[in-house]
Amino acid sequence: MTNSWTDIRNTDLVIIMGGNAAEAHPCGFKWVTEAKANRGAKLIVVDPRFTRSAAVADYYAPIRQGSDIAFLNGVINYCIANDKVQWDYVKAFTNASYIVKEGFAYKDGLFTGYDEEKRDYNRSTWDYEIGPDGYAVVDDTLQHPRCVWNLLKAHVAQYTPELVERITGTPKDKFLKVASMISECSSKTKTMTSMYALGWTQHSKGSQNIRTMAMLQLILGNIGVRGGGMNALRGHSNIQGLTDVGLMSNMIPGYLTLPTEREPDFNAYMSTRGFKPLRPNQMSYWQNYKKFFVSFQKAMWGDAATAENNWAFDYLPKLDVPAYDILRAFELMKQGKMNVYVCQGFNPMQAFPNRGKLAEALAKLKLLVVMDPLQTETARFWENHGVYNPADTAKIQTEVIQLPTTCFAEDEGSLVNSGRWIQWHWPAGSPPGEARTDAAIMSGIHLRMKELYRKEGGAFPDPILNLTWTYKDPHEPTAVELTKELNGSVLKDVLDPNDPTKKVLEAGKQVATFGVLRDDGSTAAGCWIYSGSYTEAGNMMARRDNSDPDATGAYLKWSFAWPANRRILYNRASCDIDGKPWDPTRKLIEWDGSKWTGYDVPDIAPTAKPQDVGPFIMNPEGVSRLFARGMMREGPFPVHYEPFESPVANLIAPKIRGNPVARVFKDDFAQFADTASKEFPYAATSYRLTEHFHYWTKNNHVNAVLQPEFFVEISEELAKEKSIKNAGWVRVWSKRGSVFAKAYVTKRIRPLIVDGKPVHIVGIPIHWGFVGAAKKGFPANVLTPFVGDANIETPEFKAFLVNIEPSTGPVA
Amino acid sequence: MNMELSRRQFLKTAGAGVAGTTLGAMGFGAIEEAYASTIKPFRLVDTTEVRNTCTYCSVACGILIFAKGNLAKGEKADITHIEGDSDHPTNRGTLCPKGAALLDIVKSETRLQYPMIRRAGSDKFERISWDAALDKIARAFKDDRDANFIARNKDGVTVNRWTTTGFLAASATTNETAWCTYKTVRSLGMLVFDNQARV
Ligand code: SF4
Repeated sequence: MTNSWTDIRNTDLVIIMGGNAAEAHPCGFKWVTEAKANRGAKLIVVDPRFTRSAAVADYYAPIRQGSDIAFLNGVINYCIANDKVQWDYVKAFTNASYIVKEGFAYKDGLFTGYDEEKRDYNRSTWDYEIGPDGYAVVDDTLQHPRCVWNLLKAHVAQYTPELVERITGTPKDKFLKVASMISECSSKTKTMTSMYALGWTQHSKGSQNIRTMAMLQLILGNIGVRGGGMNALRGHSNIQGLTDVGLMSNMIPGYLTLPTEREPDFNAYMSTRGFKPLRPNQMSYWQNYKKFFVSFQKAMWGDAATAENNWAFDYLPKLDVPAYDILRAFELMKQGKMNVYVCQGFNPMQAFPNRGKLAEALAKLKLLVVMDPLQTETARFWENHGVYNPADTAKIQTEVIQLPTTCFAEDEGSLVNSGRWIQWHWPAGSPPGEARTDAAIMSGIHLRMKELYRKEGGAFPDPILNLTWTYKDPHEPTAVELTKELNGSVLKDVLDPNDPTKKVLEAGKQVATFGVLRDDGSTAAGCWIYSGSYTEAGNMMARRDNSDPDATGAYLKWSFAWPANRRILYNRASCDIDGKPWDPTRKLIEWDGSKWTGYDVPDIAPTAKPQDVGPFIMNPEGVSRLFARGMMREGPFPVHYEPFESPVANLIAPKIRGNPVARVFKDDFAQFADTASKEFPYAATSYRLTEHFHYWTKNNHVNAVLQPEFFVEISEELAKEKSIKNAGWVRVWSKRGSVFAKAYVTKRIRPLIVDGKPVHIVGIPIHWGFVGAAKKGFPANVLTPFVGDANIETPEFKAFLVNIEPSTGPVA
Repeated sequence: MNMELSRRQFLKTAGAGVAGTTLGAMGFGAIEEAYASTIKPFRLVDTTEVRNTCTYCSVACGILIFAKGNLAKGEKADITHIEGDSDHPTNRGTLCPKGAALLDIVKSETRLQYPMIRRAGSDKFERISWDAALDKIARAFKDDRDANFIARNKDGVTVNRWTTTGFLAASATTNETAWCTYKTVRSLGMLVFDNQARV
């Protein structure tokens, strides 16, 4: 989220598209209700299903899953054509005026530089023209034919309301109504908030779905303001934190990245991370990269990280592929290239696509370790449960170790909510049986590895032997000890260069902010964006003052928000070029002539002059990007691509299948249904129910009673066509697997007319498996395709093809 | 005297602003004592209240957990009740059908109690001690790492990576657990490392 849950109260228009907040985030959705009741805000829902969010919406428009970009490009086109643009914002705070290099072009669904063989682009033309002064060339009049604004205008012109209807199945009048409601928020005193979740991310072009809305929000001037923003409703309670702390194959905490093998040494690594400003005066905050990186290395390896060894740069592994994400991990496993795998509170047998492939892959491991508070299907993948898990137990040679862990109620520490608030919690109960904390288990593994390498030697033991582990009880570091490392501390006194009798920083003290971190080894910080969360003043995350002066929704004294306790990102953009709020009734910060003051922590240097320094301080441009340069793999502007399994060919580029740069493993391609397949004619989508949380709550008696049984949801029309009765058994199958379910025949799903032909939608909730308190049932991932988003590999769960027939149910 | 006076009626009367002593004066004396012995002491007196957050979605609703016994004092503590925290700015005491049933997941019959091992080809889990389980894991890590660690790639570049063992991190553990995990995993040179952000 750029904003926070409590900020939603400030909005005029909520658009829920790519999510279903009323069901999946009910208590957060209450802030939508609040905005409706107190401000007269309106709610729009665009979704293939008439969800419970839709049920309380002011306007609902249906859409075919996987066609959001066509819809949103259509809205951008509508806003440009009807002059519904927050011009002052667009001109001052976006790269609309930047001139793009000669040679950049777009045609028939592809940009310059496509290599079909590699399924990748040479992105060298996707950039700005650089002037003799080393800065990007701009044309403030927006007249230049190659300025971003004119390229964008030409790019979206194709997405007329007629074309939008043909691609998305959204009737033209409904599309126009939504476009017109959205476009009103181009007013300086009207704001829209975008609330989205997995309905946008779980597509082979998920990142571009989100980016398209972000572009629209910039055109409307809705980023950085109260009641606006791009608000990702994160699923799990700490998935934000796990990502912040960098638990991904290519990450270092705080959104730093691991080196690749094309960066053979530290200088080469830093050379692409210098982030020189692209316009005069810009902060380009990533210029501080080295300070954060060196402080991280010091947190990891202390005295073993020195200037002489480039801060132990070689202790970090170097990547040979963009990432070893889970899809790649299971592909490697299936190929027999992995031996040991650990699942910590994660149940991939349910959570990842193409369950048949997952089971085959797990059976090739030598050892699987599962750490979890609960029984999981993953830990029991070798157990035979008939149709629900047809494992050939005796043949599976994988050893499985299952370790019981504590749950939230028995553990202490911090979690990051969707709005980046880091909130501390305390343990209340004793763990069951012999369950241990994850920290104790990880320590057990680390200390044993250390000991084995000390005794036996072996492959490159240095990073293991030198890992900082100075906890009072090395077998179980406390949450406070660990969080203090994340915040960072001073290792060596730093003296004032003007007055060496004064200490600027004192050894042994917690740092107060990431602003003081240094690249000379005198500071350590595990995760720079968390600096300020545990300072000399104590645990900021545990703060519980819920005062909110003037009811802005900021709650600055409640917990701690990263970065720097800032509640709304890019908040400098809530003011015009002179630093006056666009909407005085929604003031967030303002320039008082010498500094920025207000309700939030300014997202800019407090004395940065408004006319000089742009609000998007993380970008070397200082402005936001309507044109993404080479940062998105499929192009600098969003293009409509069909899902890999689609009931129709791509209308704007019929030859292109799916996202042209998404990674697809060979065997998986063979398991995709053909476009407009007769064998698999129905467009399926997975979803969640309000009574269940993924695959956890099926372990609860109460939730299992509330939603006891697996079902699939279809329209009355499809039910009639296939002679399916409500509550009767059906079989649903894709090219990857087959499930039995009860049919739920509803009015909530209706066939859509796509380019003149009806497309039927099949809704598939995800919550059942073969362990727990609920009835045994099939998980949706039996059916789903093994392909991810081109930029970040989130699986395409929301759009795939199936067939359906009446059935007598599973034979036990 | 109506001996069928229900507990609710009794509380209603008491709630009407009539203090215990006055009740006695009104002639409720005997019954008052009888009832006092059947009414459970207030939760606040009987249990320890601890602040926490809902473990499910990232609305991160504030919750209050009540337990018999005080963990902070080193006692054994048995969780008896969970409710919304009305001081919390986001949820203001409300909980959804998932959060409202949190007690059930803490007490779920499918909570794991002991380390277990399933041996190759076997059809069951068997108990194993923590030490034996962790020793086995460390041995498997060490052997696999030593056998498959890549110090240099074919161009002679130092790469120091290990890709034959992988780690899938959670989504509901704390930042502190995450950091402890990160340190352990990354210091091994492990690259097959991911979390649940993608799903
Ligand atoms: S109570 Fe419901 S809305 Fe609140 S955090 Fe838990 S799951 Fe999310």
